[in-house]
Amino acid sequence: MKNLAKTNNPYSDEKVFDACSIFGMMNLKGERFSAKDPIRAMANMHDRGNGLGGGFAAYGIYPEYKDDYVFQIMFLDKEAKKKTARLISECFNIVNEEEMPTQEANVTDPPLMWRFFVQPKESKMENQSPDDFVMEKVTRINTETGKAFVFSSGKNMGVFKGVGFPEDVAEYFCLEEYEGYLWTGHGRFPTNTQGWWGGAHPFSMLDWTVVHNGEISSYGINKRYLEMFGYNCTMQTDTEVMAYAFDLLMRRQNLPIEIVSKILAPPLWSEIKTMTPENELALRALRQTYGSLLMNGPFTIIVAHESEMIGLTDRIKLRPLTAATKDDMLFLSSEEAAIRLVSPMLDKVWSPRGGEPVIGRLETPVAEATA
Amino acid sequence: MVINDVINHTPENLSITEKTAKIDATGMYYKDLNSLLRSLDANGIENIEIHNVYGQRYIGTDLDNHINIDIYGTPGNDLGSFMKGTNITVHGNAQDGCGNTMDHGKIVVHGRAGDLVGHSMRGGKIFIRDDAGYRVGIHMKEYLGKRPSIVIGGTAQDFLGEYMAGGVLVVLGLNMKEKVHNARFVGTGMHGGTMYIRGDVRHLGEEVAVAELNDDDYNILGSLVDEFCSYYGLDAEKILQSKFNKIFPVSSRPYGNLYAY
Repeated sequence: MKNLAKTNNPYSDEKVFDACSIFGMMNLKGERFSAKDPIRAMANMHDRGNGLGGGFAAYGIYPEYKDDYVFQIMFLDKEAKKKTARLISECFNIVNEEEMPTQEANVTDPPLMWRFFVQPKESKMENQSPDDFVMEKVTRINTETGKAFVFSSGKNMGVFKGVGFPEDVAEYFCLEEYEGYLWTGHGRFPTNTQGWWGGAHPFSMLDWTVVHNGEISSYGINKRYLEMFGYNCTMQTDTEVMAYAFDLLMRRQNLPIEIVSKILAPPLWSEIKTMTPENELALRALRQTYGSLLMNGPFTIIVAHESEMIGLTDRIKLRPLTAATKDDMLFLSSEEAAIRLVSPMLDKVWSPRGGEPVIGRLETPVAEATA
Repeated sequence: MVINDVINHTPENLSITEKTAKIDATGMYYKDLNSLLRSLDANGIENIEIHNVYGQRYIGTDLDNHINIDIYGTPGNDLGSFMKGTNITVHGNAQDGCGNTMDHGKIVVHGRAGDLVGHSMRGGKIFIRDDAGYRVGIHMKEYLGKRPSIVIGGTAQDFLGEYMAGGVLVVLGLNMKEKVHNARFVGTGMHGGTMYIRGDVRHLGEEVAVAELNDDDYNILGSLVDEFCSYYGLDAEKILQSKFNKIFPVSSRPYGNLYAY
């Protein structure tokens, strides 16, 4: 924050109203670019957060290990690291492991951070897909010691997050040295839960990541539903259920985002009643089957995985989202100014409708929703 | 003119010629920018150009003189909030909460605006050339001679005029391919004021009804459309030839007696 004593403020209105900031930037051709622009964009929305959480997800950053799962893990003590390392070496062939490269920055109490590049041991997989095997082990690590938490576990991607403003967290992780084709970022203004390193965004499972502005008041229902599918919520933040819901619906159940958005943010019953009989039937079926995954409360999220970046708000749009395109780039942001800062000239800028996803897919042009 | 304070404040960002000031807002913190605007206003400056604006919030807040501010770039949320008489022209797009609780004055946007245009506005005028987002005119109100108005040149999204208690809201739909505004829940909770919509609306809230415009309506609409067209070089007569719908609340102050009897 600037030194407020220096400013001429006769109104003594130092109270600043905050909200989370979210930002996403994707090159639809898969060309990689440095973290510089996403960091600048996030720093431009500095005042939305309060320094109790900042983070980034980046895709395409480990091309030299592109076929390996990357576990980026925080350890609250050395015992947890020992135990976790033992579990990892039992279940995985470790291609490489190292302490996360970090530097001095204005962040609060960073834990020990380590990354492992791994391949599942075939002998340990019991008729599981490698992804399911990884998901099971990640959940086990996160619950086993209470002191080890996997930040990210996908291939050729990583989550970097912590307690600090996003630009400071980026500096801490030396993010400017990475290049990716898809970046998302988050600045946190915690509402209901404490600021800690695991509670910062993005949340992830495998290569699915979510940054979120809002509150999920259906957290309890969502959490219990996801537990039936083997997900355990350990990060003390509502957004965690989003990451697992996307992993369940899109990766495991193979549903397209067009359907998933109708599960998480279904049209109101009054809307459903006005639809064609086929659509009404389909929407009713979705609400009946997946009622426990309806995300209640105000939200805007940016979800990403290997080939897609998706922006979605709650159905009545209680949190902001602006979308824009410029050549092969798709931008999603809480504020247009952050997009303009890194790309002053844009081809299109629009406000997405509540509950209707904006979808960026590799090698696919972005469809602009109608106003 | 005592402008020494001002000049000492941010010398490298500011140039003043007679009654006109030019600010380069590159990297400028929003509180510093708004303090500077207050100082310039207090010191008799009449025209202010602000260049390289990237998201600074509350620009123009609290200003109570009839000065002109030209903004180049993308002003941040709550542009002109609580403003009491200033004219703001945005050469670009506005974000959310443009004209929040504005009391008097004018905002002209040469572009689009985000959600909550004119939130709780109680006086003055807002003109948006293109589309606007959700909840335009939410909680807008009027009292005696103070009657705020908003004109949107494009279309607006859901909850247009939500809980509207007064004022005039015009949506022209000039850029629409179809003649139906896609907005849902238009006028939900509305209990005062009037909307004039060029074209039809997909879905209305339960508290409003649609009517044809009478002569008084056309007088109000005509002068707002004339003014709108004067900013953007458009033909008001042609626009006014199309069919407009008047949307008005079917009850006024529905809870007025709730605590009284």
